[in-house]
Amino acid sequence: MTIDMSQFFQVFFDETEELLAEMEKLLLAIDVSAPDEEDLNAIFRAAHSIKGGAGTFGLTDLTDVTHVLESLLDKIRKGEMALLPEHVDAFLVAKDVLKMQLDGHRLHTPVDQEAIVDARMLLESLSKGGVPKALPAASLDVAPRKETQAHVAAGSGARQFRIELPQIADRDVDALMAELGLLGQISKEMLPDNRAVFTLSCNGGADDIIAICSFILDPNDLKITEEAAQCQTTDADEKAAQEAAQGYGFFDNFQTHEQMVADKAAKEAAQGYGFFDNFETHEMKEAKAGASQPATPAQEVPQAQNPGTPAAVEKKPAARREVDKGAHNSETTSIRVGIEKVDQLINLVGELVITQAMIEQRTNTLDPMIHERLLNSVSQLTRNTRDLQEAVMSIRMIPMDYVFSRFPRMVRDLAGKLGKRIEFVTHGAATELDKGLIERIVDPLTHLVRNSIDHGIEMPDVRREAGKNETGRLSLSAGHQGGNIVIEVTDDGGGLNREKILAKAKSQGLPVTDSMPDADVWQLIFAPGFSTAEVVTDVSGRGVGMDVVKRNITAMGGAVDIRSAKGFGTTISISLPLTLAILDGMSIKVGSEIYILPLGYVVESLQPDPADVKEIAGQGRVVKVRGEYLPLIPLYKMFDIEPRFTDPSQGIVVILESEGKKAALFIDDLVGQQQVVVKNLESNYRKVAGISGATILGDGGVSLIIDVAALLRSSRQLAADESIFS
Amino acid sequence: MTQTVQSIAPVNGEKTDRDITGQEYLAFTLGKEEYGIDILKVQEIRGYETVTRIANAPDFIKGVVNLRGIIVPIVDMRIKFHLGEPTYDQFTVVIILNVAGRVVGMVVDSVSDVTTLSPEQIKPAPEMGTALNTDYLIGLGTIDQRMLILVDIDKLMSSAEMGLIDKIAA
Repeated sequence: MTIDMSQFFQVFFDETEELLAEMEKLLLAIDVSAPDEEDLNAIFRAAHSIKGGAGTFGLTDLTDVTHVLESLLDKIRKGEMALLPEHVDAFLVAKDVLKMQLDGHRLHTPVDQEAIVDARMLLESLSKGGVPKALPAASLDVAPRKETQAHVAAGSGARQFRIELPQIADRDVDALMAELGLLGQISKEMLPDNRAVFTLSCNGGADDIIAICSFILDPNDLKITEEAAQCQTTDADEKAAQEAAQGYGFFDNFQTHEQMVADKAAKEAAQGYGFFDNFETHEMKEAKAGASQPATPAQEVPQAQNPGTPAAVEKKPAARREVDKGAHNSETTSIRVGIEKVDQLINLVGELVITQAMIEQRTNTLDPMIHERLLNSVSQLTRNTRDLQEAVMSIRMIPMDYVFSRFPRMVRDLAGKLGKRIEFVTHGAATELDKGLIERIVDPLTHLVRNSIDHGIEMPDVRREAGKNETGRLSLSAGHQGGNIVIEVTDDGGGLNREKILAKAKSQGLPVTDSMPDADVWQLIFAPGFSTAEVVTDVSGRGVGMDVVKRNITAMGGAVDIRSAKGFGTTISISLPLTLAILDGMSIKVGSEIYILPLGYVVESLQPDPADVKEIAGQGRVVKVRGEYLPLIPLYKMFDIEPRFTDPSQGIVVILESEGKKAALFIDDLVGQQQVVVKNLESNYRKVAGISGATILGDGGVSLIIDVAALLRSSRQLAADESIFS
Repeated sequence: MTQTVQSIAPVNGEKTDRDITGQEYLAFTLGKEEYGIDILKVQEIRGYETVTRIANAPDFIKGVVNLRGIIVPIVDMRIKFHLGEPTYDQFTVVIILNVAGRVVGMVVDSVSDVTTLSPEQIKPAPEMGTALNTDYLIGLGTIDQRMLILVDIDKLMSSAEMGLIDKIAA
């Protein structure tokens, strides 16, 4: 399991980095006096998404910071608090801290725990309305904040050194401290034997420190160790996450303890008054130093008491190189390439395939005896082209498993946290989906699954009372349905509460009536800021998730549909258009034209008996198939084609099913079955009734893909119109 | 005799007949009339190949073709403007245009040459006399004895009349 997670970690890191960048951009652009509500929402969503992702991967340190950040953002977003420049500053600090934590996880760069604690403290104090309190002491309040930023600046990419001085005059110690302070963040501790110890975090190396110190004392008397504490903590975090996955979790406790100490300190600080800030920072440093002590490798302690060992100094560059190497490796495992580039590649390869087919066709007429070598080369070209095409197509297509497999862990963790029992099943994990869609479906799906666990599935005792199995069932399924890819999140929980949603909508001033159809009521939960959860939990209930879900899916050109029955559960189904997808199609022929029918709609095809085709006055014809009368749709009439046959018993009827309705499509002939790459017709033309897209056939020609759902609808419409007019 | 007055040509924005200084036009014929379009709108010139008909489309929209993986609609201007006989043979020419961010193919009788017209050579179009609505005309260009009807192809192709682009829902 731990091995499999690594690829998802990478995706999460990439995503989070993007989200952070986006957040920063929005923060920098925001107008403090009149913040745009949409921007605030966007920042909030970014924070929420990071929290969600971090939660999925068990990166608790990220979740902790984002949670505090989110709470404050939420208050501002809801207008409970006015946005102040201090807030923006604090958010930027938090962003930097998150970036540092992220890098800590990804590149194993040192993480400045102090900066994290400071940032959280800052956010928490602001969130508790610390700002109004601090207003009289505004000038005092600014200083520590700047310092916090300095911490972060120093912290990102910083190394921490412990510098043990020989016994020298206090005046020299102070001078040295001031001098070293220019390199980065420095703090002083006194050893029992009245020697001073500096803790310096800076970007420079040991050489810089020695260079400075040599002005005052003999470098040989100096003892410098690079503190591995930061790195160790990060490793411990990850290890803890991994171990927790394996069910041990004693590292977790350790981590929690450390954080609890820090938390406590942060809370104490937050309750304090502005002018104590400076003093408390010192206190916290001590608290922090105490907390991180256990993480310091034991071997360092004897070394530290043995002044003047150059070996310790030499060790550092090697360690640093190793870190760099690690960072380098993790960066090159994948490259993010623009979709357009991949699309271009696919199109070019498509062209190549067609050209190759042409060459092959032309060489087929040549005498194999005379042109043996040419023909050999052509067949090799054929093979290479096919391989190339497969390779290029595989860049884009990823099985849904890629998304699904990140959920079991999340479901388990969340269920455990909430005290629920959930069985998680997936269907159709092999359904291939375009990479672009896969990447964009992850966030919405995460939100939906979290929602289902938090709000959908009830607690075991509630379920027992309702006469249901104590273990709830959550299923994720994917499949090609008709011309769409449908991804469904189904739970067998309590279902949506119509009354509650309506009441909430009314209180939020949305235009609703009690007589609204269910489907419209369910759509209300997609309104921004809409949540019927009584308690805002760490998991969900802020009403941000569904908003994001809807927005993301609409952006993909898809639709979200909710089916819910009180007491029986909820199914949220996301249907995505197949614009990007590969479609299993059946090519059919009418007259001289070839069309593609999406195979998902096709039930069967048959040649009807003349006796089974019946005329219904003014309603067209029906065909009797296995005792069922199905409306006959003559495609040649719909598309105004000159057909070969006008009598269904001479041609073929294809039985199609869409939206629960069946119809028989009358065509001339079946040509074959093939996978086609769907091209958008609208990019250069407009929407055509009855056509969902186009594809390029093997010979380079274009074939149109029939929009079966629309065809069946319009044929019914047609029949109705005819009956009106006749 | 041709004085090319080189001034800073407008890079973007609406072009009016006054803005154009020494612009190049691709000349093509529809029936007996000679037309010109801004050469910068032309992506390429191709022969006519088999199109895939689109059901229930107006007759001047011949259908769509595959242009290196892009589905491109083909419009026959001769049918649209009732000029000349719509025959399709190896001499039939399709001008692939890049207008309004879209790629559209336009069938014409023939393509003659590319000419540079200075603003003095472009006269405002009279209110009547061509198959095209004067709204879509830049003007009339004169080169010696020839007269080119200069078409604002961007405007024409994105007009509702051509029905190439979905009307933007309000």
